[in-house]
Amino acid sequence: MANPIVASYVVPVHPHPLLVPEKNEGWQRLRNAFDEAREHIAQGDADLMIIYSTTWPSIIGHQIQADPNPTWTLVDQDFHDLGSMDYSFRIDTDFAEAWNSANHARGLQSRTVAYNGFPIDVGSVVALKLLNPDNAIPAVIVSSNVYANRSETTILAKSCLDVLKSTGKKAVAVTAMSMSNRMFTEFIDAADDKIHSLKDDEWNRKVLQFLEEGRLEDVAQLSRTIHQQIRVQKVVTFKPMWWLSAMNDNRNDLTGKVLAYEALHGAGGAVVHLDPTSNGMGDKEYDEDDVEVYRGDRNVLDAEDSTVPHPVDSTNEGPDLWDPAEGEGAVNTDSAPKPVGLYPHARRVGDLLYLSGVGPRQPGTNAIPGGPIRDADGQPLEYDIKAQTRAVVENIARILEEAGSSMEKVVDVTSFLVDMDRDFTGYNEVWAETLGHYGPTRTTLAIRALPTPIAVEMKVIAKI
Amino acid sequence: MAKGSIVAGCLAPHPPHLVYAENPPQNEPTSEGGWEQLRWGYERLRESLSNIDHDVLVILSPHWQTYVGTHFLGLSHFEGLSVDPIFPNLFRYSYDLNIDVELSKAIHDKAANAGLAVKMMENPDFRVDYGTITTGHMVNPAFDKPMVVISSNRSRHYYSVEVMQEMMMELGRATRDAILESGKKAVVLASNSLSHRHFTTESDVPEDMSKEHIASHAMHLWDMRIIDYMRTGQAQRIIDEMPEFTEQAIAESDGGGLTWLLSTLTVPSYPAILHGYGTIIGTGNAIVEWPCYLHQEV
Repeated sequence: MANPIVASYVVPVHPHPLLVPEKNEGWQRLRNAFDEAREHIAQGDADLMIIYSTTWPSIIGHQIQADPNPTWTLVDQDFHDLGSMDYSFRIDTDFAEAWNSANHARGLQSRTVAYNGFPIDVGSVVALKLLNPDNAIPAVIVSSNVYANRSETTILAKSCLDVLKSTGKKAVAVTAMSMSNRMFTEFIDAADDKIHSLKDDEWNRKVLQFLEEGRLEDVAQLSRTIHQQIRVQKVVTFKPMWWLSAMNDNRNDLTGKVLAYEALHGAGGAVVHLDPTSNGMGDKEYDEDDVEVYRGDRNVLDAEDSTVPHPVDSTNEGPDLWDPAEGEGAVNTDSAPKPVGLYPHARRVGDLLYLSGVGPRQPGTNAIPGGPIRDADGQPLEYDIKAQTRAVVENIARILEEAGSSMEKVVDVTSFLVDMDRDFTGYNEVWAETLGHYGPTRTTLAIRALPTPIAVEMKVIAKI
Repeated sequence: MAKGSIVAGCLAPHPPHLVYAENPPQNEPTSEGGWEQLRWGYERLRESLSNIDHDVLVILSPHWQTYVGTHFLGLSHFEGLSVDPIFPNLFRYSYDLNIDVELSKAIHDKAANAGLAVKMMENPDFRVDYGTITTGHMVNPAFDKPMVVISSNRSRHYYSVEVMQEMMMELGRATRDAILESGKKAVVLASNSLSHRHFTTESDVPEDMSKEHIASHAMHLWDMRIIDYMRTGQAQRIIDEMPEFTEQAIAESDGGGLTWLLSTLTVPSYPAILHGYGTIIGTGNAIVEWPCYLHQEV
């Protein structure tokens, strides 16, 4: 499915363009740029506006706003003299909950928040009031986690895309953020506003040049450098570009347009539109590892806890390999491939035996009979579904034997195929020659992927 | 007019967990308790302060973060609902507090004369930060004393710990001078934790104390070192080691509160009273009182 992000925007967080644009020509130009972006969004077909805001820091993972109608009056902590910001937003709570679940499915800590009076942050309020003033499009707001690294921020985007794709929704992605974020530390007259330093201005212009050229992933990969060069530490680092780039499939050939770039009390404020249409230029060379699932442990200052199990082999090209889990009724054997997580090969309960999902990988070598379905770069390969299916059945037989059971005692099988159209016939032939011969019930499902590059896996229940 | 005085200085951290655990009527969520060592510490502090005549509480909170100068609440009354943006599941508190605007303005003016960028906050829609509310509640749950509320200027982030300390020492002197001139008896409160490395997950029952401990041994060592300086009257060493402490313990004193507090007390060389120490979601928190009234020149 095509990427569901129909437009992306970078917008500034300070309230001047919302509250007092008339007090400075630059603030007015930012306001005009917001208006231009708003009109473009209104003319599009987005179902949802997703805000990643750097002025909403969080600690317990990421937080996602799920109050259907957050309503309050916000006053900026610094610029309270500019006025108050009444807001009443329309939040897509179903999407928020689904995004939260999708995060968990990818190993990412997050939670939804839905409380009367919850303080929506200034960046989100400015963005939503100027880009979506009539709540024509429902919104979702996500926090910027203080401790999150690139992997977590990337996963946050991928899980969001999971939900967009599964719901068929199209979305506008918005990062509420400053470019350089060093403000003047003293009070200034509005007319005297300018970028804090020439150095900050030069960096901002370079970053904006990249964005104008659609090189979003390049900016994302420069995030740490940009942060070191033109960012005051504050609460969160220059991580929104990680999120925005991942929301756009880490592309470098978007069509970019800088709608405005001005000073906001010394900080760099820019309104940038990134259209998914390819600009025809070359795409990126991807320097950093891509990530699909977050497996990290952010308690980086803690000594490793020896009581927590760990993988025994992280050198494997695919997922880490583990020793099978022990526990009541566990059945494990060296004759079956090592698990890709902390679970046993099978578990005995009464006179029934429940097998974990069994694939074709070979014990010891981890090789895949019939060949893997994709290479290390994710490119598809030719493979033999019959050979894979036979190897699955052989692994099942070994586990059954270890438990004192056998193929004749298999009661029920659930099979998973990653390509039903291509593989069902071959799989079905091998089934008939092997397990089918003994008459267990069977259910066959098509699924998107398995943890290793295999085409088939079976889940078995047998008697002992 | 009689000369004013600072009758006590307190380190009074603000994790909302403490209010949550107490189940006061102002807070919506309810709990089964938790963090008793710290809450009992606050009990001892309240008992101690109840024996000291005072007119006003002056507080610097790291959760009113200002990047452009130091700000002071400048209206006489604030009320509303405070919802912690990080722990909204624990803290949704209806507050109602009064401000000693006269003293706030006096400190503001003294600080301005000392060269600091300062501003009075006079927008009636402003929501008071949850750090102020939490510390205010734990020290004086009736909120029956007027307060002076000072923002945390983030000069440490803009410049360095050293610059932050210079500014906070100056602000502390301005605060002290204004209090002495006011004729009022004040309790000054720094609303911050010590080491400040959080856990990044929360147990299903937030008050499950079997999950609570310091984030790391290094954090514990730093906390004990700083507390030991407090208990033995070595406040100057806290000032001296603040850059290392702030950096290595990710200390919440980066917001300037502790330095400001020690400055208002003219960097005390007498022992402070440790009312309690405990961890909250991995961070180190001490409730400490400098009993100034026992050490003042008369």
